[in-house]
Amino acid sequence: MIFQSILFKEEEGFNPNQQEPEFFEDLNLNLIVDEITKTKEAYDLKPFFYYSLKNIENITYRQKILKDIEQKDVFGALKEFESAMNYIRGGLQKTEKLSCKYQKERWFLDSVDLYCASVVKLHSSLSESSLNSEGLLSFKAYLESYIASDKFKEMLEHTKVLRQGLDEVKYTLFIKENKIRVENYKNEKDYGKTILEVFERFRQFDVEDFKAEFHNLEYANHIEIEILKCVAQLNRALFDDLERYCSTYENFMDTHIKKFDREVQFYLSYLEYIKPLEDLQLRFCYPQTVQSKDDIQNQEGFDMALGYKLAKEDRAVVSNDFYLKGKERIIIVTGPNQGGKTTFARAFGQIHFLASLGLKVPGSKAKLLLFDNIFTHFEKEESIQTLIGKLENDLVRIKDILQKATDRSIIIMNEIFSSTSLHDALFLAQQVLNEIIKIDSLCVFVTFLDALTELSDKIVSMTSTVRDDDVSLRTYKIKRRQADGIAYAISIAKKHGLTYECLVDRLKRD
Amino acid sequence: MKVFLMYKDRDFNLDSPLCELSENTAYDLELDTIFKAMSEEDEFFYKVSKKAVLESLVDVDTILYRQDILKDCIKNEDIVKKLYEIAVESIEFEKKAYFWFFNKYPESVLHSSVRLMEMFTETLNNLKNLAVENKDKFSSEGFKRFFEMVETELSDEYFALIKKHLKNLEFRGGILISAELGSGNRGKNYILRELKEENRSLVERIFSKRKDSYLITIHERDEAGAKALGELRNRGINSVANAVFKSAKHILNFFEILKTEVAFYLAAINLYKKLQSLNEQICFPVPLKKETRRLVFEGLYDVCLALTLNKKVVDNSLDTKDKSISLFIITGANHGGKSTFLRSVGLAKLMMQCGMFVAASSFSSNINSSIFTHYKRKEDVEMESGKFDEEMRRMSLIVDKLKKDSLILFNESFASTNEIEGSEVSKQIVSALMEYNTEMFFVTHMYKFAGDFYERGLNNVMFLRAERKDDGSRTYKIEEGKPLKTSHGKDIYLKVFK
Repeated sequence: MIFQSILFKEEEGFNPNQQEPEFFEDLNLNLIVDEITKTKEAYDLKPFFYYSLKNIENITYRQKILKDIEQKDVFGALKEFESAMNYIRGGLQKTEKLSCKYQKERWFLDSVDLYCASVVKLHSSLSESSLNSEGLLSFKAYLESYIASDKFKEMLEHTKVLRQGLDEVKYTLFIKENKIRVENYKNEKDYGKTILEVFERFRQFDVEDFKAEFHNLEYANHIEIEILKCVAQLNRALFDDLERYCSTYENFMDTHIKKFDREVQFYLSYLEYIKPLEDLQLRFCYPQTVQSKDDIQNQEGFDMALGYKLAKEDRAVVSNDFYLKGKERIIIVTGPNQGGKTTFARAFGQIHFLASLGLKVPGSKAKLLLFDNIFTHFEKEESIQTLIGKLENDLVRIKDILQKATDRSIIIMNEIFSSTSLHDALFLAQQVLNEIIKIDSLCVFVTFLDALTELSDKIVSMTSTVRDDDVSLRTYKIKRRQADGIAYAISIAKKHGLTYECLVDRLKRD
Repeated sequence: MKVFLMYKDRDFNLDSPLCELSENTAYDLELDTIFKAMSEEDEFFYKVSKKAVLESLVDVDTILYRQDILKDCIKNEDIVKKLYEIAVESIEFEKKAYFWFFNKYPESVLHSSVRLMEMFTETLNNLKNLAVENKDKFSSEGFKRFFEMVETELSDEYFALIKKHLKNLEFRGGILISAELGSGNRGKNYILRELKEENRSLVERIFSKRKDSYLITIHERDEAGAKALGELRNRGINSVANAVFKSAKHILNFFEILKTEVAFYLAAINLYKKLQSLNEQICFPVPLKKETRRLVFEGLYDVCLALTLNKKVVDNSLDTKDKSISLFIITGANHGGKSTFLRSVGLAKLMMQCGMFVAASSFSSNINSSIFTHYKRKEDVEMESGKFDEEMRRMSLIVDKLKKDSLILFNESFASTNEIEGSEVSKQIVSALMEYNTEMFFVTHMYKFAGDFYERGLNNVMFLRAERKDDGSRTYKIEEGKPLKTSHGKDIYLKVFK
């Protein structure tokens, strides 16, 4: 197979101008994607993150690629390639403004040199690692044929010869008053070394250099350019060859490789985003995506946007399980406020969405629905509308959702009707739930209405409990209760590893 | 040129970190009093004293090496002070010159460094003269080597060579720089090269036309060009300015180390003179290998107490003979001199192990691989439970750092819980540590702990007791004696409330 894209095995309806899905904000997916793509704007990655795959084959294609990239050596190789390509693009852009042709040509040469080296390096790194994914294997095969092509080989050789020639150029400047004489270097001795030798006997230990750092101004000054012209005269043949080289290899970058460089960022940026979470021992897994709703589950999942924020602040992240078996379709979440209900609902949606991108998702084990759409309706407290106007708008919106939803959709409703009277709210919620039951969508329904859980056997109830903020403190308290009076001192000694047995064990070191 | 007055083969490092528990040791043994006596308000002396005393030596040879040097210093105090002054004077030069190093502009770095070198040349000359004149008055291995080295390394020919180079660095004849092509073909690796003689001739001749040579002349009104030329010159000088700067630093470091190492001996002399003025005895101790267990002394007193009271204080004598004692349990009357005794032992060990004299008329003992203290902390205001936890935590830190043949001084440790529990914990800890070849002194009130050990009749445990006369008064002497069931708190109570 000829390599086409590292993101799609089969053509789908992907649109390069894909817009942000409507549910993104409710599920805080916008925060996640913004953060993932923050430092990668030049690659224009967002459309990829907005597009749910429809085709299980494509999901598998991506999952396998991501698994490969997760290997340390593959990840490292791709990052190295990324930074080289970035450097090349930046360098070429800058040199467009240079006036001295000897300078421009050198920048060009070095860019080609780095490009060739990076392509070769990437290929050899990929060859050394154990790849299993169709995507990366066929990309590797593409690289192999590219590197073996005469065109590439010639370019590589010519670059090498020129680089070597230029690296060997060494000249001297004799400066006196307002004159500079430029000549080839003739093995004159390094005077700094002589000085150091004379005073070497006083050296007690190495001391740090006290050298001025000369920051090259962006562009060379006219004296430097004059000197460079003289150096070019001293090495005429070399510089003539450099000129020929530049016109020969004007378009040196391969279009497939260019495209790969962009698309592979989808995986790299995601892995970079989840790294701090994985470092905190939070679990991620490759979900099984299924068409049937008989057995949907996720263990140890969490809200990734919240997890990312907490991880940054060094705070603990709580994970949760969910599953729906047989007839079960709807999870009704009730319980005290500030108990993590909304977070749970968001996590449910996020995990499903991320699975549809072909990515690994929060959780230790997951079996998730390949949905056709996600619909969300989250109560917004800060609404300035009148209550009646608001209720009406809510209902319009809900009706719209119920019309569009199918038996393969996911609906997430958060605290709807909470500003309505209890009697009304109960009635409305019952109606909505009955509709959802009829459509047979998957649904998470967060509410303060306990009674709703009895409505149907398609409904399962989950409740939040108020947790202590500091879990470790609570655990500690339990332990403290276990210690009783008489053994108290010994138990403290034991805690510090200071009983006879503990000490004998600790001191088994020499 | 290495100073090597603290160690035979390495420098004394003032800034390397001490074991984090040494602050505890300093606090428990009230070392501050000694450091102050050694430093006489000189902050630098204080720092050196503290480091040297707390960084115990663990080999007998180096202890004797320092003892010999210290004896030389006591004999030749004035000459050693002069040596110290030469080092201080040189370091002062750098401090003055430091203002010139406010930027890294090569021309000014070079200029300042050359000036500094010229001044160092003078003090190096003074150092050499001092060595030549006085070397015969010193008999220690350390000083003999030092003076010989100074005399050989700083020959007249060498001073002449220095002078020549310092003159060359004025660059009257122009400068020659080599360079290579870097990124964007701009020059890199600018290195100053030695000028050949032909280049030192007239400008006209140098710049006359020749093959493979191109000439650039900067027009006199081209200000940007002149500036660029100046920068180029600076880039060229950069490497050599750095070389001169580093060379000056090397000399400075030599003086810094000399100053530090000599400061230790001058600080020791301060303490020596102070104790002499109180009519107290001092002696150079006989250190024994750390694997042996031996302790014998006469007239051992607490330096801190003597310094604080500013008078001669009670002393003690002891001889473990051939018993190889590894645990001393000290019991007896409150305010009977137990803590003072414990401190005098700790101080003697520390002073011996930094190469100093000891506060006794004679002293000999094994050295220890490190010295720890575990004292009851009076200032703890936490709840009782927290206090015991804190004691355990401190003990655990010691165990973390413990090596075989260490010394631990316990002062009423593990007594912040009830006696039964405290004794049990103490017994377990002490038993395990004895098996690990730890040497311990344990001052305690816990009869259960002391008595139980006494009953066991181990031959490597010695029991010492604070004496009390029959009339109840105290002698503050510590003698061998088994633990007694009652403490003497009642006495003090009666004394206070009578």
